Amino acid sequence: MLKTFKLGGVHPAENKLSADKAIEKLALPKSVFIPVAQHIGAPAQALVKKGDQVKAGQLIAQSGGFVSANIHSSVSGTVKKIDLSPDSSGYPKQGIFIDVEGDEWAEGIDTSDKLVEKFEADSKKIIDKINAAGIVGLGGATFPTHVKLMPPQGMTAEMLLINGVECEPYLTSDHRVMLEKAPELLVGIRLLMCALEVKKAYIGIENNKPDAIAHLQKLTASDASIEVVPLKVKYPQGGEKQLIKAVTGREVPSGALPIAVGAVVNNVGTALAVYEAVQKNKPLVERVVTITGKSVAKPSNFLVRIGTPVQELIDAAGGLPEDAGKIISGGPMMGKAIASTTVPVTKGTSGILIMQDKEAKREQMKTCIRCTRCVTVCPMGLEPYYLMTVSDKKLWEKAEEQHIMDCIECGSCSYTCPADRPLLDYIRLGKGKVGSIIRSRKN
Amino acid sequence: MSKLLTISPSPHVHTSDSVNKIMYRVLLALVPALAWSVFMFGFEAIRVTLLAVAACMAFEFLIQKFLLKEVPQITDGSAALTGILLAFNVPASLPSWMIIVGALVAIGVGKLSFGGLGNNPFNPALVGRVFLLISFPVHMTSWPVTQHAAVDALTTATPLALLKEGVKAGQPVSEVMLNLPSNMDLLYGNMPGSLGEISALFLLLGFAYMVWKKVITWHIPVFVLGTIFIFQGALWMLNPENFIEPVFHLLTGGAMLGAIFMATDMVTSPMTVKGQLIFGVGIGVLTVLIRNFGAYPEGISFAILIMNGFTPLINAYIKPKRFGGTK
Repeated sequence: MLKTFKLGGVHPAENKLSADKAIEKLALPKSVFIPVAQHIGAPAQALVKKGDQVKAGQLIAQSGGFVSANIHSSVSGTVKKIDLSPDSSGYPKQGIFIDVEGDEWAEGIDTSDKLVEKFEADSKKIIDKINAAGIVGLGGATFPTHVKLMPPQGMTAEMLLINGVECEPYLTSDHRVMLEKAPELLVGIRLLMCALEVKKAYIGIENNKPDAIAHLQKLTASDASIEVVPLKVKYPQGGEKQLIKAVTGREVPSGALPIAVGAVVNNVGTALAVYEAVQKNKPLVERVVTITGKSVAKPSNFLVRIGTPVQELIDAAGGLPEDAGKIISGGPMMGKAIASTTVPVTKGTSGILIMQDKEAKREQMKTCIRCTRCVTVCPMGLEPYYLMTVSDKKLWEKAEEQHIMDCIECGSCSYTCPADRPLLDYIRLGKGKVGSIIRSRKN
Repeated sequence: MSKLLTISPSPHVHTSDSVNKIMYRVLLALVPALAWSVFMFGFEAIRVTLLAVAACMAFEFLIQKFLLKEVPQITDGSAALTGILLAFNVPASLPSWMIIVGALVAIGVGKLSFGGLGNNPFNPALVGRVFLLISFPVHMTSWPVTQHAAVDALTTATPLALLKEGVKAGQPVSEVMLNLPSNMDLLYGNMPGSLGEISALFLLLGFAYMVWKKVITWHIPVFVLGTIFIFQGALWMLNPENFIEPVFHLLTGGAMLGAIFMATDMVTSPMTVKGQLIFGVGIGVLTVLIRNFGAYPEGISFAILIMNGFTPLINAYIKPKRFGGTK
């Protein structure tokens, strides 16, 4: 019996069209737009101004606090302007426009492919380097990694969990990283273990990636401290709490962080970025992005510089299909629909999914027949139908009472509803409102 | 770029399942039992079923269009389902006009007066059936002889009614049982009874299909039937001369039809498994109580309607197990 989490979950069609496509370096774009807020927390403060010459890997915006992250230039060239432009959220965000000239890297960065395995076992130094490199969770949540590595007072990490689940349909970037960058990934995992001062790491991988499981098992055969854990395919197993439950059986209490049960979770891509930052001195300026979709001519996995417009990926994958109806930054379950292909790839962009016209539109909502499916699939044990009703009726107290803030917005309820009810839309609305009520109560 | 893109919040994919598919799958699951009743009751079964379905759909259309001034939703399959379930719950000899009255009560009172699909607290088909049973008790308890029975009569009594009469008359159960069909006959449905309830086997086939297609889960039917079995079994063990063995109660009357198709009506049953347990056990207990101690030989329709009434209360108090919850 393969491990998995117990409560709820769905299994949407996997559609991993690009699973066997090796990572390719995407050609440099003509210009990039690098937002200063690509992470959860305070935006970074720009350090450059119009006309400045920058090199790839150069710090161009300084972290704006403890929960924030540095931003580096992903290209060499001239700063064209610092201005507002929409990112994948659709809202205009401040960022730095750079015209690309050549490909010159800042001093001290090792851009070679040579594997560097040895490192100094000094937790603080490793965390400082991670912090300096502007690393954030690359799974999509973009929480600054150095914060995760410094547990709050009185809490200690017992284990590191590496998230190689990639439970979102279509996405394959983590899968390819595990296949093609495994030695680097394992060094990154050892660095994270050292930073956290833990003796054990687990790599959770869903069973639809048997090649990645076998490959990593082979490479870790002689190292008992790193264990590959094959998992049954079930969405949202990549959710932090679900992954911890699946691998360790521990249940993070409502409202608490994973560290409450001694776990720290990091994504595969993040571990690779840690390797590059610490061993190669290379800040987070590029990442692997899947570009995919049923009508996309060449579904691919590209190594992309941060700030590259989405259009460049689309062109490299064979252009925008005739029947494109929706473009999603991320996976189909939790990704954001974007309004324009000029938005940039940022640290949290795991994939670009182009959906066909016929897949893009929602069905008309029908009445709830109380079939209980939303309750059955909710991985947090909530009652989505009820939360939708109370959110619609603005009964915020009831919503809070029924733990609306526990919702992880995985979308399983909306996915499964046979009456096509937009459950998560309403729950998000309620969460926003209840969240602000809770905050105002604290003040 | 000239092309307009769709923007919407996640999730961007959706299951291929729909309310219509659910309804039509339930209808499909009823086909084996319907075929059996046509075999047993002949043309009468077709007349009752077609009439009930047509009347339910017609009333739904007329009331929605002219009384409620809504867009009629008869294609969602729910009115047809109410019709077929109503037909399944009446004798095959029921006069046509009574069927039409039953359909009007089921759809008009049971369903649309509460706001239509999704809002009715009680199972509409059962509302129709119980209305007919109380209003026309003679017609509703005159069971036509099945086509293949070797008796020279027009009507007959159901096994449950025979049992009730016998026990009332003071006969020990062992003696009454001599007049009852064997459990094998009961299983595949060689007995008189309501149109669609007689064949446990074909109803179970429909159950298996619905569980396979994930239309329903196994919980409610198993809770209901399990409770009937355990409760009746306990009574039987205490006093086998007064109470019949439990399998008889599983295979007779509306036990299978009720547990599999009526109690599992999504709209009127609880949302959580724990709630469904309370609901199912309640139906089972009430059914056994009514059958053994009540005035009617059969009681599952009352039991289901009573527990339907508790469903909102169950939903309000029984919450699912929460991830990371303290309780």
